[in-house]
This record gives sequence, structure tokens and C-alpha cells, in this order.
Amino acid sequence: MPVEIDIEHVARLARLALTPEELERFREQLGVILEHAERVTEVAAEAVPATAHPIPMANVFRPDEPRDGLGRDEALANAPDREGDFFKVPPIVEEPE
Amino acid sequence: MTELCDLTGHELAGKLRAGEVSAVDGVESSLSRIEATEPSLHAFLARSADLAREQARAVDDRLAAGDDLPPVAGIPLALKDVLTTRGITTTCGSRILETYVPPYDSTVWARLREAGSVLVGKTNCDEFAMGSSNENSAFGPVHNAWDLDRVPGGSSGGSAAAVAAGQAVWALGTDTGGSVRQPAALSGVVGMKPTYGRPSRYGLIAFASSLDTVSTFTRDVRDAATLLSAIVGHDPLDATSIQRPAEDYTEGLEQGVDGLRIGVLRDWLGEGVEPGVRDRVEEAIQRLEGLGAKIGEATLPHADYALSAYYLIAPAECSSNLARYDGVRYGHRAEGANVVEMMMRTRGEGFGDEVKRRIMLGTYALSAGYYEAYYGQAQKVRTLVLRDFEAAWQEFDLLLSPTSPTVAFPLGAKADDPLAMYLSDVYTIPANLAGVPAVSVPCGLDDQGLPVGLQLMGRALDEATVLRAAYAFEQDLGFDARPPLLEGIAS
Repeated sequence: MPVEIDIEHVARLARLALTPEELERFREQLGVILEHAERVTEVAAEAVPATAHPIPMANVFRPDEPRDGLGRDEALANAPDREGDFFKVPPIVEEPE
Repeated sequence: MTELCDLTGHELAGKLRAGEVSAVDGVESSLSRIEATEPSLHAFLARSADLAREQARAVDDRLAAGDDLPPVAGIPLALKDVLTTRGITTTCGSRILETYVPPYDSTVWARLREAGSVLVGKTNCDEFAMGSSNENSAFGPVHNAWDLDRVPGGSSGGSAAAVAAGQAVWALGTDTGGSVRQPAALSGVVGMKPTYGRPSRYGLIAFASSLDTVSTFTRDVRDAATLLSAIVGHDPLDATSIQRPAEDYTEGLEQGVDGLRIGVLRDWLGEGVEPGVRDRVEEAIQRLEGLGAKIGEATLPHADYALSAYYLIAPAECSSNLARYDGVRYGHRAEGANVVEMMMRTRGEGFGDEVKRRIMLGTYALSAGYYEAYYGQAQKVRTLVLRDFEAAWQEFDLLLSPTSPTVAFPLGAKADDPLAMYLSDVYTIPANLAGVPAVSVPCGLDDQGLPVGLQLMGRALDEATVLRAAYAFEQDLGFDARPPLLEGIAS
């Protein structure tokens, strides 16, 4: 059975503005894909540790040596909008009424 | 007649050092081939002819001065458009990065550039490397050099087609779930995925960080060893980079397979495999046995669950990685009354269908109430797949299978069925989950004249054995078929 998901909730969490047609199509397709993916739950693995990374590594450090970073203009060169030395964005906090 | 761009890298390097041809001759040959075939293939998203000529002239100057140059010097190279190149657009095949010009080089490109490599362009790919057919590129699909109505495989389809058609002598791609090996198989070239963490991921624009591996496309195994040797080695800019120096994989390449224990994944040669694929792979097994390999039957008992685990883990990492495309610092931005509306519209407009599907799959798998059941459980299955490999290495030095259950399929055949598309990766995904090296090497054509790939997987950090077996097989088989597309072109 395809998995039923609240597609509008997931799209909101993912910060994706989707059309009604997309929402319906993705709801159906994700249901079918998740039905297949759910097979992982058939595997008895209570006592099995999780693997996040195939080659075990821990406490990876590099020498704390200064090196040149990006210049201000380089960092801003791809900005969709800028004002002076800043990235410019639409309002984040609504003005009080 | 063979043109310079049809030579392997080691053949062209030999001619350069003998003074028979110049690096400029080599790059002009590639650039002419791109002119002639690009209208049919659409393998490139950006071309860098001026840079290539400039780099080739520099190599010629150094050769004339008697400098001892690395083996990659002067050889025309293409890079998948997910690897950053300072000053050259890097789009990831996505509208959201259509105009992005990176201010930094990926480590693999920085190393190759330093070694005198000549960049002819950035290759087309599935958007953010998500796909198995190259049909998910926002800029249109790539066509298979062997049959223009078929897909080249994906996600590194442009690099595969470019090498198959002589547009570049070799190329880099990225392999997250098979994205180099599968297109190599479908396009009749060699695709080599090294151990996860062996080449740096710095400047590889992230899809799934615990799986993404820079990998090579070449026309023979010696070239795979040569190109790979030039890009591996520890990089302090990537915390997951393995702390080992580079090594020369061409050493020991000719040792043969006599006595090597090769485990055949028999379950992967049954139902669901096209007869043409099965026949060529069965012949390959006999050939390797004839060369002295000890053939046995192997199993990876949890492989059936690997695909399911992969399609939870990779989307989960993707949903996290792609959160950075918010219209603030780079890339496409849509209008919006406030910042959240701007971000949602930017992402809705900027991403294509497959990327949206994977972001939502991953978001769902990581969301409250589902995390343990999906993502947590998938990570446990990943452990079981790793243990399966460990058990197999008790008995075998290498594991053998088809690279893909099918040959190249027609454009559009699976475009409306994402799950069917995902199943294209069923034989390549386990090596990514386990991080082990694996190669796809051509093992002949099916009865439609389409290439079939043989996959060999080895122990972590044992690229040498994988390449040595692939080399022995390739030399004995003598596969020399060329895409029919080139018959009308090569003069």
C-alpha cells in the first residue's frame, strides 16, 4: 500500500512553494517510493549500531593556520541583491501595525 | 583513421613526450570533435576553448624547455558541472545555479590544473547529480553516443558521452549511487569509483555527503589508474578526506588475475537482468577464470534492502545540503513580500521535479515521528550492508556483477516513473553504502549493438586489485568497438 503523507506539511518544512498540480503528483509518487523504502523496517536490527559514514573517522583536526579567505567583493559577486557590503533580503521581521 | 582525441591519455602523453605532436594539436582535435558531435550529444553546459588553448600552449612551452611533466599534462579533460571551477560557471544542471560563477576551485580540479591538465568544458548532468538517465538536467538531456535516441546513463551522462565520443580524452564525474559506473556501462567506457574519502570532496557541490565520491571516466583501465592517481590524497579542506598520501595506481597494473579469488554475485544475474547483459557478464566470468582467477559464488544478503536504505539516506542528506539554496547569497532569487515567501518561491521555481521529490523525501524521512523508523533504520541497514561486504572479503578479493541490469534505455522510457528509474542503480548502490572501490569496464555489446558493463568491487583502499583485474580482463577481451556516431566524423 502506498504510504499516505501530509504533502503540504512536508512542502512547508522543505520551504518549497508548489502548485496544486505538483502537490498532487508528488503526493502520489512519494507514497509509492516510500512504500518501497519502508522495506528497511522489515529488517530486524534492534541491536545493530547505525552507520553514518562508511570509513570510520573521529576527531579530525587541521592545523590552526591562518590563510586567505574570500575577499568581500568575491563573496558578494554572486549575490542576487546587495546594498554596499551586505547581502540584501526582503523583510525578516514584520513591522508592528 | 584515428584522430588525436580518440587516443587514450597514455598514448597521447607518449606522443607529446616523443615530440610527435603538441598539446595544442591534441586540444584542437578535441575541440573539433566537440564542434562536430555536440549538436547530436549535448554533453556540455559550458565550453572553455580559450582556457584549453592557453593551458595547452603552457604545456608545450614546458615540454620544449625540457620539464618533466606529470602524465596528465596536456591531456584534454572534461569536468562534470558539479565540480567548482574558479571563474567558470558551475550550474549543477540546475536553474537555481544557472548564473553561478564559483570564486574557488574544487581540490580535484586544482590538482589537475596544477599538473598541466587541459580543461575543454563542463559537462551536462542530472540536476544536482540526482538521476540515472541525465534527463533531469534543467538544460536538456544528453544523448547516448551509441544510439542518439537512448540515454547515456546518469547522473554523469555528459562526462560519459564526452569520453565515448572523443570530445575529451577523459573526464571526471561524481558517483553517489552509481552515477559514474552506470553511465560508463551504458556508454561503453571505463568508470572507476575509488574508496569514499580518497579524493577530496572540497568543491564538489554536495548532494549526499556520506556517499559523494569524485570518480573517473576513461577509455581504458590504464588511463583510469593514471587519472585517479592524480586526484587522490589527503586534503585538509575536507574533514572526511582519508589521511593518506596519493599513490600511483599504474604500478602493479600488469600483475594479472592468476590466483585472485573473485566472488560472483549470482543473485544479480537472475530475474530482472536483460539477456544481453547476462550473456556478456557470463562470458566475462569464463574469461577471468581462463586467466587464472578462482571463481566462486558470493552473496550480499542485505543487498535487497540496500536500495531502500539508499533512497532514505541520500534524500535525507540532500534535503539538508540543499537547504543552502535560499536566494540570499548566490543563485536564483524569486520575488517575495517577506524572506520566507522569497525562499519558498525561489526554491519552487529554481529546482526541477526530481530535486523537489528528493528534498521532500528526505524532509519527510527526517521529520518528527518518522526519523527513527526511516532514517535511523536505514543507517542500521547500512551497517548490515557493510558487514555483508566484510564477510565476503573473508572468502574473496573481489566481487563481480553486472554494473546495470539493462543496457541504455530509450529517452523518456522511465521519465514518469521515479521508482523504476531508481531501480537502475540496484547493483551500484551497495558499493556506495559501504564506501568500497568499484569499477565498470566494458565487456562487449548486446545484440542491438549497445555496450554492457562489468562491475568489479574491492576492499576499501584496495583500488590496486580492482584496477589490476579490470586491466587483465580488458587486455584479454580487446574491446575496440566505437560508437557508430563517429563513423561519419573521423576522417
